[in-house]
Amino acid sequence: MTNNMKTRPGHSRAAHSRGFVEWLDRNSRHIFLWPAVIMILIFSIFPLIASAIMALSRIRFRGGGYNVRFVWFQNFEKQLFGSEQFHFLGTFAGMSILGWLVAALTTVGIAVWIVSYIRSSFTVIGFVGRLITWGFTLGVGWMLAATLFSGHPFGTLGTTLFYVIVGCGIQFIIGLSLAFLCSLPIRGRGFFRVVFFVPLMITPIGVGYAFRMMADTTKGPFSPVWQWAGLKDFAWAADPWAARFFIMIGDSWQWIPFIFVVMLAALESVPRDYVEAAQVDGATGWEIFRDITWPQVVPVAATVLLIRVIEGFKIVDLPNIMTAGGPGIATESMTLHALFAWRSLDLGQSSAVAYLLLFVTVVTCVSFFNLVVLRRVRA
Amino acid sequence: MRISILGMGAASMMAMSFGASAQAMDHSGVTVEILTRPGPVIAQRLVERGEEFGAMTGAEIRVNEVPFAELFQKILTDWATGTNSIDVGVFASGWATELVDGDLVEALDDYIANDSMIDIDDIAPYFREYNQKIGGKTYLITVDGDFQMIYYRKDVLDANGLEPPRTWPEYLEVASQIHGQDMNGDGEGDFGSCIFKKRNAQSYFAIGTIAASLVQSKGTGEGIFFNNDDMTPKINNEAWQEAFRLYKATGEFGPPDELNHDIGDTRALVQSARCGLAIDWGDIGPLSIDDSGAAIRDKMYAAIAPGSTRALNTETGKLEDCNPTLCPYAVDGINYAPYAAFGGWSGAINKKSAPEVKQAAYDFLSYVNQAAQSNVDVTIGWTGYNPYRNSQLDNPALWIEAGFSPAYADNYLGAIKESLNHPNMASDMKIPGAQQYTGVILDRELARFLAGEITAEQATANIEEAWEEITEDFGRESQRTIYNLSLGITN
Repeated sequence: MTNNMKTRPGHSRAAHSRGFVEWLDRNSRHIFLWPAVIMILIFSIFPLIASAIMALSRIRFRGGGYNVRFVWFQNFEKQLFGSEQFHFLGTFAGMSILGWLVAALTTVGIAVWIVSYIRSSFTVIGFVGRLITWGFTLGVGWMLAATLFSGHPFGTLGTTLFYVIVGCGIQFIIGLSLAFLCSLPIRGRGFFRVVFFVPLMITPIGVGYAFRMMADTTKGPFSPVWQWAGLKDFAWAADPWAARFFIMIGDSWQWIPFIFVVMLAALESVPRDYVEAAQVDGATGWEIFRDITWPQVVPVAATVLLIRVIEGFKIVDLPNIMTAGGPGIATESMTLHALFAWRSLDLGQSSAVAYLLLFVTVVTCVSFFNLVVLRRVRA
Repeated sequence: MRISILGMGAASMMAMSFGASAQAMDHSGVTVEILTRPGPVIAQRLVERGEEFGAMTGAEIRVNEVPFAELFQKILTDWATGTNSIDVGVFASGWATELVDGDLVEALDDYIANDSMIDIDDIAPYFREYNQKIGGKTYLITVDGDFQMIYYRKDVLDANGLEPPRTWPEYLEVASQIHGQDMNGDGEGDFGSCIFKKRNAQSYFAIGTIAASLVQSKGTGEGIFFNNDDMTPKINNEAWQEAFRLYKATGEFGPPDELNHDIGDTRALVQSARCGLAIDWGDIGPLSIDDSGAAIRDKMYAAIAPGSTRALNTETGKLEDCNPTLCPYAVDGINYAPYAAFGGWSGAINKKSAPEVKQAAYDFLSYVNQAAQSNVDVTIGWTGYNPYRNSQLDNPALWIEAGFSPAYADNYLGAIKESLNHPNMASDMKIPGAQQYTGVILDRELARFLAGEITAEQATANIEEAWEEITEDFGRESQRTIYNLSLGITN
């Protein structure tokens, strides 16, 4: 090596330092990303694996530890086909004519959907993804046909879907309506914004106890009102649908503010120029909302609904406190189902239900995201 | 808080006596961690007694509280996994079997043998021999004696010319006659019957009280849950189905939302004098002399739980009219089987705790159990402690000083003694998985039946199937052995 090829020490350090900075710059995204990934692995993935092992086992606590016996898919089999089928899916005791009609309509609808997809834009990955969605939708459709539409009680899956679909739907409509009203230049809207936001800050357990107390027809503070309204002998907690609706009202009271706050921000971000131009052109309020405001806020609306749906699948506090899952199992959500199994130390069944909930949540939310949100965003 | 002067005097003297002996038991620097249900019921009195005990012995008694529904699994997982952050669990005596089966509980016979203060023979035989013992060894110290009785508004029944019901059909008849009458003077109609029916609460104890006299007729050793010889469930039969129907029928004369009432809701109605009949543990008596129970003071009389003129013939699986062979303990043709629901709150010591902690823990449980303390505690409604010592049951003066009228003290103690001394007393389930058998499966199917989702026949068939699965899971032979052991001691 010649002298002129030798690098001076100072030069070398500077070059080395510059190289390190460049390396840092090149890999900065990984450096920032990996700590988060590792944390997620530690706190999410590994417990997920552990609970998967539990879902395939029977566990008994004994002195000095616990005994684990692998039973493979017996815990899932028990929920889907065995002695817990009525609890998870519902009671299958023959289908009514209406049930058969609903089942047939569901099947035909899915078939039409499959054919139209294959004819329009077929891809292998898209087909596989949709296959899961179709299968799940078909299963839920037949489950409801054999239970709800045949006069038999459905299980925790049906109850959870009721809380999610009906509950989140109502919450979205009311939250959006309140947000729209508060985005208008009305007097006292600042006050309304604060009032509408308050329920979100209360713990769900507090909401549960408050609603249970308020809805107590014999001892609650509103019992005179109940009696005045002629509902003295009406027991909402003894009627499956009334109990489900009362829980849904409590849940809505708490979560409407979430949709309200996000949608209010979205509505206020719509450029006033567009609205004013439409007003100048003589558009009605409904036309302005439908053709200008709504398209602008759709991505936010879809996202907030998705977040709410994910959260809605985890409902547990309100049915636990207000009715303890009763009457019967009418108000028991899947999370509460898993909690009750866990309380009796049946960890295998509890984990199996939790995994079934994970499957239902992922399929519903991914389907919703791909088939609704992405489609609207791309449009 | 109402503590009698006599009780306080006796307590002071006994405490002084204990203080002298406490000098010998110096537990300075020792901390005992206790886990139990949230206060004030059960927990608060442990806190107060812990402070007294600490002042006398130097020990620090820490009472930790978790929701009732999570109590057992917290203790089991803490002790089984070697966490051992809890030294003493105060819980239902029936739960201890699973802990003892897992070799997690300290046997207390040697401690008792060296304890001159506990006066073990004063503890009523049922609690001493059955509640505290498993397989002949003592593992628990009782702090509360539990079984269910019927309570009735004597003034309301007298006004209607009715006698307290002796059978469940009579219960329904009396309830129907007084239902809708104003029992608290507020001008509103009140309820003929109040029995908690909420899911995931205490309804599976109430159904046991109704079923017991229909299922068990040949003494405590017969049991009400399983066939002793092969551990098959003894539930899918006419007796349990009839009990389910009777339980549901009581709701016709109860509050409209009784399906969502737990024991707290029911007691609130009883204390506000809105119930003509009720099923409860021994708490109603002491609660009636609390300030909150002023409306029912000396009015809510107690009696042994109603019986049945028919009983299950295990050979035919049918309900048959009682005769001397089928119902050897029947009185006037009525088979009674008072149900030891829950068994009573009892303390168990973690086998893995340090020796000095175990000794301090035992001394504390003994202190709470001793007559000087417990004879005061059981007369105070809010403690949740019910009588379990002979000196409590045979001493009406104790209760009169606490605020009972002489007539009510005689009635209350008489009903307890009649139940406790009954040779056909029905035991609560005391086998591994008891909570799963009853608190989950029985409770859930019962709730579905009450809600009208299924029939009594479907409910009992479902329970039978699920119980068989649990039995297979735990091991049929070991379950059978433990079940028979748990029924081996009778009065």
